[in-house]
Amino acid sequence: MRLLIEHRTTFRFPEPQPRLIQMLRVTPQNNHDQTVVAWRIDVDRDVRMREDCDGWGNAVTMLYVDGPLDGIEIAVSGEVVTSESGGVLHGVRERFPPTLFLRDTTATARDPAIALWAGEVARGADRLADLHRLNAALGERIAIDPHRAGVELAAGEAWQQERATAGEIAQLFVAAARSLGTPARYVSGYGLIGGERAPQPHGWAEAHVDGIGWIGFDPVTRLSPQDRHVRVAVALDAAGAAPIAGSRLGPAVEVLTIDASAA
Amino acid sequence: MLSRTASSLYWLGRYFERADFIARLVEATVRLDVLSPRPAGEAAWTSALTVTETDAAFAAEGTKFHRREVARFLTVDAGHPGSIVRCIGMARSNARAVRTALTREAWTAINRAWLLFEGRPAASDAGAVLGIVEAVQNEARGFEGAVHRMLRNQTTWFVRLGQAVERSDNTARLLDVKYHLLLPEHERVGGVVDRDQWTTILQTVSAVTAYRWLYSDGLTPANVIDLLIARSELPRSLVASAQETVDVLALLARRTGQHGEADRMARNRANRMAKTRSGEVIASGLHEFLRSFIDENALLHGAIGRQFKFG
Amino acid sequence: MPMRQAFDEIMGAGEGGPPRAELAALSRWIETTPADELRRRQQAAEATFRQLGITFAVYGESDAAERIIPFDIVPRVFLPGEWARLSEGLVQRVEAINAFLHDIYGERRILAEGVLPADLVLGNPQFRPEIAGMRPPHDIWAHICGIDLVRTGPDDFFVLEDNARTPSGVSYMLENREAMLRLCPELFRRFRVAAVDSYPDRLLETMKSVAPHGVSQPVCVLLTPGHYNSAYYEHSFLADSMGIELVEGADLVVDDDIVWMRTIAGRVKVDVIYRRIDDDFLDPLVFRPDSALGVPGLIAAYAAGNVAILNAPGNGIADDKAIYSYMPEIVRFYSGGDAKLPNVETWRCREPQALAYTLDHLDELVVKLVDGSGGYGMLVGPTASKAEIEAFRAALIAEPHRYIAQPTLALSTVPTMADQGLAPRHVDFRPFVLSGRRGVQVVPGGLTRVALKEGSLVVNSSQGGGTKDSFVLMDDQPGAAQQMRTDVMTQTLGAMTQETRS
Repeated sequence: MRLLIEHRTTFRFPEPQPRLIQMLRVTPQNNHDQTVVAWRIDVDRDVRMREDCDGWGNAVTMLYVDGPLDGIEIAVSGEVVTSESGGVLHGVRERFPPTLFLRDTTATARDPAIALWAGEVARGADRLADLHRLNAALGERIAIDPHRAGVELAAGEAWQQERATAGEIAQLFVAAARSLGTPARYVSGYGLIGGERAPQPHGWAEAHVDGIGWIGFDPVTRLSPQDRHVRVAVALDAAGAAPIAGSRLGPAVEVLTIDASAA
Repeated sequence: MLSRTASSLYWLGRYFERADFIARLVEATVRLDVLSPRPAGEAAWTSALTVTETDAAFAAEGTKFHRREVARFLTVDAGHPGSIVRCIGMARSNARAVRTALTREAWTAINRAWLLFEGRPAASDAGAVLGIVEAVQNEARGFEGAVHRMLRNQTTWFVRLGQAVERSDNTARLLDVKYHLLLPEHERVGGVVDRDQWTTILQTVSAVTAYRWLYSDGLTPANVIDLLIARSELPRSLVASAQETVDVLALLARRTGQHGEADRMARNRANRMAKTRSGEVIASGLHEFLRSFIDENALLHGAIGRQFKFG
Repeated sequence: MPMRQAFDEIMGAGEGGPPRAELAALSRWIETTPADELRRRQQAAEATFRQLGITFAVYGESDAAERIIPFDIVPRVFLPGEWARLSEGLVQRVEAINAFLHDIYGERRILAEGVLPADLVLGNPQFRPEIAGMRPPHDIWAHICGIDLVRTGPDDFFVLEDNARTPSGVSYMLENREAMLRLCPELFRRFRVAAVDSYPDRLLETMKSVAPHGVSQPVCVLLTPGHYNSAYYEHSFLADSMGIELVEGADLVVDDDIVWMRTIAGRVKVDVIYRRIDDDFLDPLVFRPDSALGVPGLIAAYAAGNVAILNAPGNGIADDKAIYSYMPEIVRFYSGGDAKLPNVETWRCREPQALAYTLDHLDELVVKLVDGSGGYGMLVGPTASKAEIEAFRAALIAEPHRYIAQPTLALSTVPTMADQGLAPRHVDFRPFVLSGRRGVQVVPGGLTRVALKEGSLVVNSSQGGGTKDSFVLMDDQPGAAQQMRTDVMTQTLGAMTQETRS
């Protein structure tokens, strides 16, 4: 499928910033079922950009902007051609053995309630089938919170509130899968989901099954990603794969608006 | 030198100078209050608040106006950013951040000044207030001496720069407020004034003796104004502070090899001040002159921050 | 439980026994200098430390607790042969640590070959995937190591702990020596003691040697968390003695993947950073986002190869207590030979058998938190109360993977000034090992920590420990040289007398 992505992030600072450093993880990389045809990052200021790579192997762009700065808009646009793989990831050079992805983080900390539930849902002998059940059950149990975006709640909090953003539900999946002893990780990227006309920023999960490899799970669609997901970055949790990690040097509050319009 | 270090040294100089100034002001006010009949005594405290531009802050505290309350507010009130204790606290925390750059003597003077206020309740009477402000002035003198005995390098110069900028501001404020308090609008300059009030001004800038040396024709407002504005012999005069600012900036420029906005502003100001005649200032409006001096000083402060990238 | 008789490094095997023959000159000095005189000198040294502000803050004490670390006047002494063997072992160990870090953040051969369990590394919070694949300039990771050693007999040294992050204490090594030179000059006349005062020069040379490629006049800085940090004195002391800037995070900015320092004359490019802040706080974009101590973008500059960070980010995995127990295997894997410095026997409580053994022997073992430090989170079985032991038992059963256990060693003692005069007190030792482009070197000296309480084995300064100077002697027969000269003189005089007679 040919996916056209256009996504803008706008920061407005109540007080001018002397300077700004941002670390962007917004650039997808090729794999067997994902070919990046064109990709660009545009900023409405004079900036210095450096292409890099983080420890996970994600493409990183460092953005250095001089102030004074009362706002900045970062626009990402591109074209990606995808194909259906049954959710199984092929053609990615992995930096770490799967066992690394059993590690807890603050956002995906061990939680007895989640572990108990995951154990009940996943009672089959087949790990892959268990994970699919977990994915579907999670999507059913946790409602999408229409009023929020991004990822703020840790897995345990999202579990209690039973309403969460897509990324938060993905973190819940990660925590649940790990509680079963299955390596799992967070994926950030874009998804063309529901009735949207263009791919939106999205978060889902991947879990590792011996003999198969890494498999994507999207609790929001209750399915594995097909050809409507563009995979950008992975990490132990959403913060590690965050599209924009920024540092403010001034005393101001950041106002973040994300606007993805149809291509 | 790191900008942060320079900035800490500069602020250390400003805050310690300010603490010293407030101590002098309070001391002079206490003396005046004791000397004057009651209503005039109260007025002395009002003017002390006005000089430090803290009258609004005092009103906001909601305390009833009383000489004891004003003295507490200006000296030991830890909640008031313009009190001596807070100024010394700020000086000390800046000194701590650059402690290894200071000599032990300089640090000790600041630290001892700070310790003066440890666990001290509000000064209850005039005697206690005088005790504390005298002790602060003692430590300030010790610090001044220590700074002069430090290596003649950037460390010393940034402290002195802060002191010079602060001193310019303080003297101008003192003169502006006292002059207007003492001179009702319909009065002619040199008319009937309260002699004690003028003495207060001289005491605040330690210029009682200097005045006697320099002027033989007794205490007149015009002479006091002349002394505080135009006599370079008096270290706290505007002209002397302006020249000190230029000199210290020149020393720094020689070391860093960079001349900038602050150098130009300071030099312009000092050149103008050197030509200023107090008689002309009085004739064309002392208040306007002092206000513009204070504003210019604030601009210079900003330029110094930019030039040395205090950030 | 009664302790085994400890080996005294000066007085020999035991109470009343003869002093060690090699150190007879030193034991004579101890015996002939009046205790009051020693005490006077010790107080003079401590007064100097207080004036200099060589203080440390004690965590958990609110009353502005700035204390000096007690100093003891009797030095601890290493013979040249002992030191040579120790140095060899230290160099081998630190080389292995460097090779381990290089491997673990790169190819991970050691895991592939099954030398240590993969999950022990990959699942360890001290292993930082965020910086995997990044390589420090010249592939040197652990530039400054402090290896904690204990001794139980004349030739029995054990490594207790490796410190490969930001080991502190080197300022005490230098200040203690200063004090000894001033207060006990006679000792330096009698013994040839290797100098330690070259440490700042060696450290600076190490820093410069690991500057990024192509930088000929590297700008070096020391990055401190600030003057509220307990080791701030050491930070400023080292920066001053090396003649480099002592910077805080806010003094540095990263632009275009290059680190700059803000000075009054504008930005100055920084090439080498000796950081004394932990990984967690180094760069809020990569590690803890709430860190105000660090420098945003620092890791990007590091990844781009534009700055050297000492020690390299991610080093914590090498001195982790869980990894420690595998150090003999790690040393063998990278050096091809057996570790010259053995570990203390260690039970990893994550292993069921080890846990069972530990629970059965709590009253005789030392139990430590894998991620604890400074003597906190530690049980010393033989001196612990019943309640303390039971508390640890519960903690061990709840989270066995967080603990290791070791036998209670009969740590060596050195005569130390106590209330009643000199008495043996247990010591440990932290030598400092520098790794630069020109190899690994051990500074001849170190920090001897002494447990001032009688019988105590806890030497940490936060728990009432003190320090001593550590002499590394340059003669095999210390004090003999002078002895000999006296003999020659007597003979000559005698001969002259005889000659006159005849």
